[in-house]
Amino acid sequence: MTTKSAPSAWRDPVALLAAPAVLYLLVVYAFPLLWLFMKSLTGPGGLTIQPYVSFLSDPFNWRVVGNTLRVAAWVTVVCFVIGYPAAFALARAGAVLQAVMLVSIILPLSVGAVVKAFAWQIVLRRDGIVSQTLVGLGLWDEPQRLLFTETGLVLGAANIFLPFMILPIYSVVKLIDPRLSEAGATLGATPLYRFTHVTLPLTLPGIVSGVAFVFSMSVSMFVIPSLLIGDRFQTLATLTGRSFLLMRNEQLGSTTAVILLVLAVSIVVGSTWLARRIGGSQT
Amino acid sequence: MTALERASQYIVWFIAGFTVLFLMTPLVVTIAVSFGSSTVFTLPPPDWSLRWYERMAGMRGLLPALVVSLQIAAVSTAVAMVLGTLCAIALVRGRFPGRETISTFLVSPLMLPGLVIGIAMLQGFKAMGLRDVYASLLVAHVVITLPYIVRTVVGALSLFDFSLIDAARTLGCSYPAALVRVLVPALAPAFLTSGMFAFLASMDNYPISMFFTDAWTKTLPIQMLQYVEERPDPTIAAISAGLVLLAILALIIGDRLVGLRKMADF
Repeated sequence: MTTKSAPSAWRDPVALLAAPAVLYLLVVYAFPLLWLFMKSLTGPGGLTIQPYVSFLSDPFNWRVVGNTLRVAAWVTVVCFVIGYPAAFALARAGAVLQAVMLVSIILPLSVGAVVKAFAWQIVLRRDGIVSQTLVGLGLWDEPQRLLFTETGLVLGAANIFLPFMILPIYSVVKLIDPRLSEAGATLGATPLYRFTHVTLPLTLPGIVSGVAFVFSMSVSMFVIPSLLIGDRFQTLATLTGRSFLLMRNEQLGSTTAVILLVLAVSIVVGSTWLARRIGGSQT
Repeated sequence: MTALERASQYIVWFIAGFTVLFLMTPLVVTIAVSFGSSTVFTLPPPDWSLRWYERMAGMRGLLPALVVSLQIAAVSTAVAMVLGTLCAIALVRGRFPGRETISTFLVSPLMLPGLVIGIAMLQGFKAMGLRDVYASLLVAHVVITLPYIVRTVVGALSLFDFSLIDAARTLGCSYPAALVRVLVPALAPAFLTSGMFAFLASMDNYPISMFFTDAWTKTLPIQMLQYVEERPDPTIAAISAGLVLLAILALIIGDRLVGLRKMADF
């Protein structure tokens, strides 16, 4: 019967090779996500948005949403400020320096978040490297503890997510023909004009995907805030985790989980759409 | 070299140096602390010692957690390799509608919050009657490892020239023999690298695993976090150093097989 509704899919026997993986993910991944979504919208009397209404009517929860978005925004800004020039440096560096940079970008990617967050607990202590360096440079009068502060959290998270900003931007920067900028210079364009009219537009697709990666990861990070800032500071993700693992409040946890899911999906869909629009307008 | 070129050279060096320093800080600090004698993470360490490594060897619960993690990572990667490769062949060689949707779907676990996937699975598995901790971990970790395999093998397959298989058959190979003798060696690097990174992703996973562990079955990151919360001392740095070493090994092998630049493709 299905053969009639989708004839072209079944005419190609190779398609069957995709079936095991797709079926597997449908059953153990897509179905549970859908189930979670549906359950968050059904109350005792059928379809309801009551859990969301009561979630949003609590000012504490607004603070949680605010914390989540503010920290994610700061992490994204820090990653961009460091990552954008770093992507150019990576593209323009000589062979040896480039290899060193690549190692320092890829290696941390295969080390777990628990390991890196624990390392940042050491780095952000009162006698840690950041504090020592800032005092040494004369920027701070006396050592300060950054651990369990929002600044410390942003710094640690930005460090952990930085590769996800550098790599997408690098992937477009390496394709830019340096002669383009030279041509602009020959035609009398100032460096600033060349940057805003040639380089920046060309790197925009990379920026969009880097920002989307870092922002969505920062919104949903869980281990990093638990280790770097503690329980006093709640984000949507830590609240979700706590309500399942400690408070046993599955209703609240499902609500925040779905909010996180919707946020993450809209970032992915939005950035894909944006990247396609930018890419389309250039060709 | 003009003054401007030299200046831009220095700027590149400066930015590159800063980035490398920033990115490597956590790893270097961890390793330095693990070989130091100080209990309170003093840096630079007052004296070098191996006491934390000795301590690590006697830690209760560490070895079982490591074994569970290694088993789950190995089995889930193996399953994902079979499922993922079959699917990648269909995506690259097949001519049917919806291939783009399927490939997005298969890679999507990488893009959604792990925590949410974990919660959904926790409730979904309960609804389906799957209660065994070990089995749940295994089933969940295949979802974590599958995207790595699909992404890399699709990439490698689309670069593979399938007329080579026709050539092998013209030269007298049967179709399966042609696959084994031509396709498999050509794909081996992509296979090994993606397998390695899938394995590491499974080993390091925290947000999904945390919903599927109990007092008896814990994965390494869960056990580590418990140590961090209970008694943070440099023993955890010693365990971390071991995991960093594993990542370094993976990086060296990956570089030999496909090259660093290829691994940075996004």
